[in-house]
Amino acid sequence: MARIKNARIIRWLKGKCGRVLLVILALLVWLPVLILLICSFYGEQEIIDCFGGVLLSNGNTAKLHALPSYPTLKGYVELLLDSLGFFVMFWNSCKQVFPILIGQVLIGVPAAWAFAHFVFPGKKILFHLYMLLMILPFQVTMVSSYLVLNKMNLLDTHGAIILPGIFATFSVFIITKTFREIPKPLLEAAAIDGAGEFRIFRYVAVPMARPGILSAIILSFLEYWNAIEQPMTFLETKSKWPLSLYLPNITVDKMGVSFCASVIMMLPAVLLFLWGQSYLEQGIAASGLKE
Amino acid sequence: MKAIRNWMQPFRQSKQKWIPTVRNKKVPKWVLGLLFLAPSLLGVAVFVLVPFADVVRRSFLDAMGKEFAGISNYESVFQNEAFQLAAGNTIKFILICIPLLLLVSLVCALLINGLKGYQEFFKTTFLFPMAIPVASVVLLWRLFLDRNGFFNEGVRLFGLSPVDWMNSEKAFGVLVFTYLWKNVGYDMILWLAGLAAIPKERYEAASVDGAGRWQTFRYVTLPGLRSSVFVIGILSLVNCFKVFREAYLIAGDYPHESIYMMQHLFNNWFVSLDIQKMTAASVVMAIVMLVIMSLVWYRNERSQE
Repeated sequence: MARIKNARIIRWLKGKCGRVLLVILALLVWLPVLILLICSFYGEQEIIDCFGGVLLSNGNTAKLHALPSYPTLKGYVELLLDSLGFFVMFWNSCKQVFPILIGQVLIGVPAAWAFAHFVFPGKKILFHLYMLLMILPFQVTMVSSYLVLNKMNLLDTHGAIILPGIFATFSVFIITKTFREIPKPLLEAAAIDGAGEFRIFRYVAVPMARPGILSAIILSFLEYWNAIEQPMTFLETKSKWPLSLYLPNITVDKMGVSFCASVIMMLPAVLLFLWGQSYLEQGIAASGLKE
Repeated sequence: MKAIRNWMQPFRQSKQKWIPTVRNKKVPKWVLGLLFLAPSLLGVAVFVLVPFADVVRRSFLDAMGKEFAGISNYESVFQNEAFQLAAGNTIKFILICIPLLLLVSLVCALLINGLKGYQEFFKTTFLFPMAIPVASVVLLWRLFLDRNGFFNEGVRLFGLSPVDWMNSEKAFGVLVFTYLWKNVGYDMILWLAGLAAIPKERYEAASVDGAGRWQTFRYVTLPGLRSSVFVIGILSLVNCFKVFREAYLIAGDYPHESIYMMQHLFNNWFVSLDIQKMTAASVVMAIVMLVIMSLVWYRNERSQE
């Protein structure tokens, strides 16, 4: 009897095994985020008490109060009302990311349409070139970008981040794939109804590829909101740095607000992610390199 | 409706004759295509292609940028000790991380695919790290990994001596974990897309033939995913180079030598304005990426035939 019961328990465990594994992996994601959120409600004294050993190397070991002993919003208030540096950097990030996104749409969408819809000499080679540029690590084009930005007197300006960003080929690739999925008969019908190529592009193709365009925008946002390499290389003046590069410095200057700053930095990306997760998934699936 | 449209056709055309549109001027279609592409191509040419051609040229010149120096720049790169260390570490990192990432994300994808409910919840969970900026987690990583940090608290509980995670060989493992943490979601979505593309009939046929779960996986799922492996591998490679962000923000310019990567090397050459070495190394790296990409194209061509 007991043996049968054991076998049943083992079978039950086997069935649950996968789910248990998933939950454990999920905890690896949620726990750090949760800890970050909790710590953002610590007051400055509590931060020093708990993490002084790490942040000030005063010899104590780190500990965590699962619930802040004196929960406070002081960090957030101080950050939002009283720290000019943080605002400047946040604004820098916006000034660099949004022009890139707008430029990528204005220039990348027509280019994607050219690859998806037209036949012209050299199309295949050019598309392969775009794919190659898409997978090149930043370091490969680092010197060449530096040389050209230097010639154009763009070094140490926001333009040094924005202009090369606009012509990143990753979004062209993803949007091309969604354009290709528009059924041909639909475009032919539009042409028969007397729509010119520009009208077909503007009123048929672009509205139909909207999800693909959105997914490219979301992927680009996550990428550039997180930019480290480009600003580090091309921006010398610290007051032009985006938040992504500046944030680790806040920890040193103002410990009381460092957790709040981390949370606020995360917020735009997380909100966009939660809003557009299905687009993001489509975009990732489309990034599979098969043509 | 169609009848009306056909009947209207002559009127429409006659009306349109008077509207000067591009269509009436009969611009050849291929020219239009190039026009659509032109702004993007121009930008790519100005910001990437032309300067890179210049870099290739410079890589064969001497330090003054005047005399032809043959392959001496390339020789000095390959003989450079920092280069050997960085290249070795980068290759080791790639060889360990990509198979590991492919495996972990495949397991996640299969588990999620087998779930009845909560699929969306777990997808969101594993994709979430993608949305978290590196800068936001750096502070947290420090709290965990510092000599006085949380991990060492755990280590002490087991009566072992604390480890200085970022300043020892362990740093490499930390970086591998960070890479997995960030990228499992991305690869998992690609795997799920691959799984969804396997025709249902094959599973039905397998179950009719009495195949068990393992056999179904071995003879239906795995072969169905074969074409995805390669593509997912390449995209994971691209993301491998981005792990530099974590490495740099946590450990700075000169991290422990076990995680000194190509990206650190480029950075330090850049700071010391060692343009000669950088140009040669860029060309080498570009060639490596071109070779890898050519394999993708070759496989794409073959699968279409």
